[in-house]
Amino acid sequence: MSNEHKVLLTIPMYPDMELAAAKTGSVLAELKDFNEEAVEEIQLAIIESCINASEHSQSEDKEVHIQFLVTDDQLEVKITDRGVGITTDTLDGTRLLGRPSVHPDLRKRGRGLQIIRALMDEVVIESSPNGTTVSFTKKKSPQ
Amino acid sequence: MLDKFDIQIREAKEHAVIETTGYLNDALGEQLSKKAQELIQNGCTQLVINLEKTTLINSIGISILIEIIEALSEREGTLNFCGLSATQERTFRMMALAKYAGIFPDEESAIANL
Repeated sequence: MSNEHKVLLTIPMYPDMELAAAKTGSVLAELKDFNEEAVEEIQLAIIESCINASEHSQSEDKEVHIQFLVTDDQLEVKITDRGVGITTDTLDGTRLLGRPSVHPDLRKRGRGLQIIRALMDEVVIESSPNGTTVSFTKKKSPQ
Repeated sequence: MLDKFDIQIREAKEHAVIETTGYLNDALGEQLSKKAQELIQNGCTQLVINLEKTTLINSIGISILIEIIEALSEREGTLNFCGLSATQERTFRMMALAKYAGIFPDEESAIANL
């Protein structure tokens, strides 16, 4: 059996479909004995990325395309939409802010990318007017 | 994977515990917000939210928790969380929730520290 597994998944932009992608990521991570905390972090990063695609891409096909590549050492996930691309104000969250907070540091929206960056080892965002791909990698911690 | 979602409320004289079950997204979050706002409107401003049966919380769910923190802050209330996984606790600290709400390992200690 090969040490590398590639899975391609396309999900519609329906509520809670991000859980299907998160489950796929968790199964692959568990297959390679990632620890429980890493599996949860992977699930959360996938969920946030899929939600961002669903909420902000404005894609006509209303689909999110996910590629998983897992090896003995790491899981790489690429999440792509065919929407209008993302702008700088989306990236830093300023376009997504809700009403002003009682506590200014408790920003309500636009935190998905911050979460992904904090939980994953490498994050790359590629965006154009034809769509966006968020790629991230989680390395397996030494046992 | 898509856990049944549910909210249980245990009211005592001086506080209330809200226990959530399932994926804390916009749907469960809105129900949680409604229950919390009802408690606050009725004068209960010492709250514990037990997340032990909530395995995943997305950023929309976190936004709703922030709204509950704000509603309590306006009434000088207190909110403590318990039952968080290590990842959830890390996320709460990163998003500054831990600055305005306590985080405790279990319901007993969360209640004791209200």
